[in-house]
Amino acid sequence: MNRESILNTLRARAGEDWVALEDKAPARAYAEIRAAALPRLARWLVSEAGARFNIASGVDGRDALEVLYHFTVEDIDLVLTLRVRVPKSDPVLPSLAEAMPAANWIEREISEMLGITFTGHPGMKRLLLPDDWPADSYPLRQDYAEWDAGAIRNRGV
Amino acid sequence: MATQVIPIGPYHPLQEEPEFFRLTIEGERVVAADLELGYNHRGIEKLSERKTFDQSTFVVERICGICSTSHPYAYTLAVEDIEGIQAPPRAQYIRTIIAEGERIHSHLLWLGLAGHFLGYNTVFMWGWKLREEILDVMEILSGNRNNYAMFKPGGVRRDIRPQDIPVVLTKIEGIVPTLQMLLDAVRDDPVIHARTAGVGMLSKAGALAWGALGPTARASGVRRDVRKDSPYGAYGDMEWDLIAAENGDVYDKLVIRLREMLESVKILRYCLKSLPDGPIDLNVKHIPPGEGIGHVEAPRGECFHYVRSDGTNLPVRHKVRAPTYMNLPTFQETVVGSMISDAAIILAAIDPCYCCTERMGVYDPGGKRRYTGAELVRLCQEKTERLRKG
Repeated sequence: MNRESILNTLRARAGEDWVALEDKAPARAYAEIRAAALPRLARWLVSEAGARFNIASGVDGRDALEVLYHFTVEDIDLVLTLRVRVPKSDPVLPSLAEAMPAANWIEREISEMLGITFTGHPGMKRLLLPDDWPADSYPLRQDYAEWDAGAIRNRGV
Repeated sequence: MATQVIPIGPYHPLQEEPEFFRLTIEGERVVAADLELGYNHRGIEKLSERKTFDQSTFVVERICGICSTSHPYAYTLAVEDIEGIQAPPRAQYIRTIIAEGERIHSHLLWLGLAGHFLGYNTVFMWGWKLREEILDVMEILSGNRNNYAMFKPGGVRRDIRPQDIPVVLTKIEGIVPTLQMLLDAVRDDPVIHARTAGVGMLSKAGALAWGALGPTARASGVRRDVRKDSPYGAYGDMEWDLIAAENGDVYDKLVIRLREMLESVKILRYCLKSLPDGPIDLNVKHIPPGEGIGHVEAPRGECFHYVRSDGTNLPVRHKVRAPTYMNLPTFQETVVGSMISDAAIILAAIDPCYCCTERMGVYDPGGKRRYTGAELVRLCQEKTERLRKG
């Protein structure tokens, strides 16, 4: 599939859940979609468009949390990013980990770092943060306050 | 049969990445594996939000001590992608030279440790002796044996002096016979075959599902390499071969890494001989608002960085994805069903952190200690010894 047909089919398959396309460079494209379309578009990209799930980046934006799902289509040298915005008041996204094991770890990481809940994740538990980290403290949020300022400094290092 | 749980890790002074592996064994066979990480999480992504774009280059260079250049490379490409600029040709070549030199020394380090785990300390000695030659080359080019500090958004920080090029070329040509000898030795040795062929198989479907990268994926028949698929630096300018295999066992991963070093020599030879003239830096003064992605082929696989700028001199978000993040979960698939004496080499084959195995300890369900980590490495080495004696 060439670049144009991937982007066109993606748009057609997203239907009403399509928000915008930012065609940044020959090797980069960002498609913003609504969360409802995420599982079906991701599955289609991996199973039929020859894409590989690369990683997801969670961002604390000014108005909403953003998750960018980066897919790489190596045959046509394209990094295609699906952008999904989630409201900070109700940060819930459908999980891709069941269909794509490669998304398993990063969803666990985003969930603990940004506080987004992934529904349907097969083994949701903390990946990087220690067990005694407070439940409502998310380090990658912009309003994150250091809850244990002495944790490192008081060890005399 | 009763099962036992073997905890491996998480801390050891030699480990660059503390991880915790929980292997469940039945007799001598591994039946389940679970792993945990984050024991030494350094918060680099958060730290990067408080550093300027130039400072972040140095911060990410310290993510990995072995492939220290792959992170600044991906990061500078991501920053350049925000604005859509490209470093001048001479800088592209210098970047490629540094990245390939690093690939050779990283693969040699891995080879030495894999040899040690198999009880082949000669391989360890040869590998690490050869690695010194490459570290000398890196010192001539950058002033440092590691953490070269050569990269910056828009170019490189240091030029390569013309008088250094013949010295470096001689040193690089000098490692080829030894590399070829090591490759022949690995191919001919029946004991290395017995210890690695058919051990820790990763299927092509498994590699694709877990998103495995680099030599780990290429050993399973996934012919992917960022240097070929999305050429950056000077990689599109010369002839070199993508090395892949089909079986996905430890032997294939071993041979792939050895053959890749010979390809790296080809790339280095071309870049040093055809280094273009011109400036080495664009002198980027201001990063505009926007977002950018950079990905490069690190020795262990694709290294991926995402950077977002809001127009100030600090990145708002900097996401780092190291190759081991995708390769490590495949260990869960490859180790299940194998013998416990092979666990050390299967783990080492991904090239994550071999030192973990020195922290192995075997416990029975009552919690009584039975084996130490050193004994498990000894088990692995004794198996080779038995095979060698026939």
